[in-house]
Amino acid sequence: MSVVRRESRWAWFFLAPWLIGLALFTIGPTIAGLVLSFTDYDLVNPPRAVGVANYADLLADPKVGTALWNTAVFTVLHVPLQIVLALAIAVLLHRMAVARGFFRTVLYLPVMTPPVAMAAMFLLLLNGQTGAINELLSWFGVDGPQWTTDPGWIKPGLVLMSLWTVGSTVVIYLAALSGVAPELYEAARLDGAGRWGQFWHVTLPQISPTVYFTVLVNTIASLQTFTEAYSMFFGAGAQSGTDGDAALFYVIYLFQQAFGALRMGYASALAWLLFLIILVVTAFQVRASRRLVHYEGSPR
Amino acid sequence: MRRRPFTVLALLVLAALFLFPFLWLVSASLKPRERVFDNSLWPDPFTPANFSEVWQAVPLPLWLLNSLLVGLAAALAVTLSSALVAFGFAYFRFRSRNLLFGLVLGTMMLPAAVTMVPVYLEWDWLGLGNTQVPLWAQNLFGSAFFVFLLRQFFLSQSREVFEAARVDGASFPRLFTSIALPLVRPGLIVVFVFELKNSWTELMKPLIYLRDPDLFTVPRGLKAVLDRFGQGGEAQWELVLAASTIATVPMIVVFLLAQRYFLSGLTTQRR
Repeated sequence: MSVVRRESRWAWFFLAPWLIGLALFTIGPTIAGLVLSFTDYDLVNPPRAVGVANYADLLADPKVGTALWNTAVFTVLHVPLQIVLALAIAVLLHRMAVARGFFRTVLYLPVMTPPVAMAAMFLLLLNGQTGAINELLSWFGVDGPQWTTDPGWIKPGLVLMSLWTVGSTVVIYLAALSGVAPELYEAARLDGAGRWGQFWHVTLPQISPTVYFTVLVNTIASLQTFTEAYSMFFGAGAQSGTDGDAALFYVIYLFQQAFGALRMGYASALAWLLFLIILVVTAFQVRASRRLVHYEGSPR
Repeated sequence: MRRRPFTVLALLVLAALFLFPFLWLVSASLKPRERVFDNSLWPDPFTPANFSEVWQAVPLPLWLLNSLLVGLAAALAVTLSSALVAFGFAYFRFRSRNLLFGLVLGTMMLPAAVTMVPVYLEWDWLGLGNTQVPLWAQNLFGSAFFVFLLRQFFLSQSREVFEAARVDGASFPRLFTSIALPLVRPGLIVVFVFELKNSWTELMKPLIYLRDPDLFTVPRGLKAVLDRFGQGGEAQWELVLAASTIATVPMIVVFLLAQRYFLSGLTTQRR
């Protein structure tokens, strides 16, 4: 047996865990979910084939529309704000020569906080009457809204809270910024570019692949928002009054249908719709990136 | 650097905004019930009794222990399995390698919600429904993101070291454990801490799998505390905040100890 053949046998040994996992926890369940989506299954009685009934129900279910709308609004607000804020902080931080480590640590700490603890904290910080955020706003003469009870302000409140964990994106941008060659800035300066010109013509094109990556990842994560909103507005102690509809994100509804109502087939149909939505959104972003993202060595 | 005063000032304001919720949390957790809603950072009167009260009201020590055990199992499993797979991709040359690695990257894009129900049914079918096993056992099969990360670490080592060990007669498993793993130790620490954090903060899986409160991890227990003493419950926010402090502080400490590896590991992956 040749050396290459023997080596490739060993390769399969090293890859075995991943291949087994791929079959058991990714490909298998994805297909099983598609099959389940054409059945009724409540865990007690055996699954019963119902054809496309789940998909028909889904189109007629007003809660699906609400959940999709909420998720879309959150994503459209959260992703651009997260990206712009992270970029601004990263550029500031990159300019600092001293104490960069300190600031980086401080900005990253929120990422290490359990989201449930964060939800508990922000329920009080965002509280309309006594919360610190409205107190801060009042210093500037702004009368803050009822972030946790006014249905129109719940999503903006959640977006505001989500910005507290911007540090994870900042750290990625810092790495990208340190990879930009200093000569490029020098060349731009010689061409008479100011700070803003340098950012626009050197920094942004150079780190655009990283920005693109974070937009993609943040969007996919945002479309699956669950923990913070669920902790704050759902579960055994769900707040009455808003009946939770303003914070009903898609995955929360999916979770409720699967593990609350035990409608496993319906939940699977919901999951597949989400899958399709994410595929379409991602495909759209990939197309857009061809025009906007600058790769080293490729024509723009 | 002409504009440095502005940069420093902006960063100090930002740092204050980012630190404030922590300071507020710790301070509010030490306030008596009727003072929780005032936003001063100085607890007056100082009320450490909140901690002993919540400690007695709910089995926090047990939940902390559960989280620790689940977290260690999850982190250990994912570090070893991902390293194994990453080395497989980094070292060996075989047909369909690029195709398979493309598949690794592709699975990173697959939303977790799609497999949530069927994977639950799998564990339920195996009789492991109301146990902690589903919280960590999947990690024995590697994770796409960590495979990707560790592969970068392996690829950045010079290949000669591995070849030399082969020439000296080291078997592949030995090459992996005695040469490859020690070389990428910083990467392993990054993965370990990252997964420990993931496990320590995870709420959805415990919500799905754990029904018995004795099995709860800290986030699941904290959600129960929030439901009982906070939102729509008995309005004893000082207890919720004391429990939140207990849930937050250990991970912050781990992070401060490991951050040299953690942040540098995340910030040095260049193309």
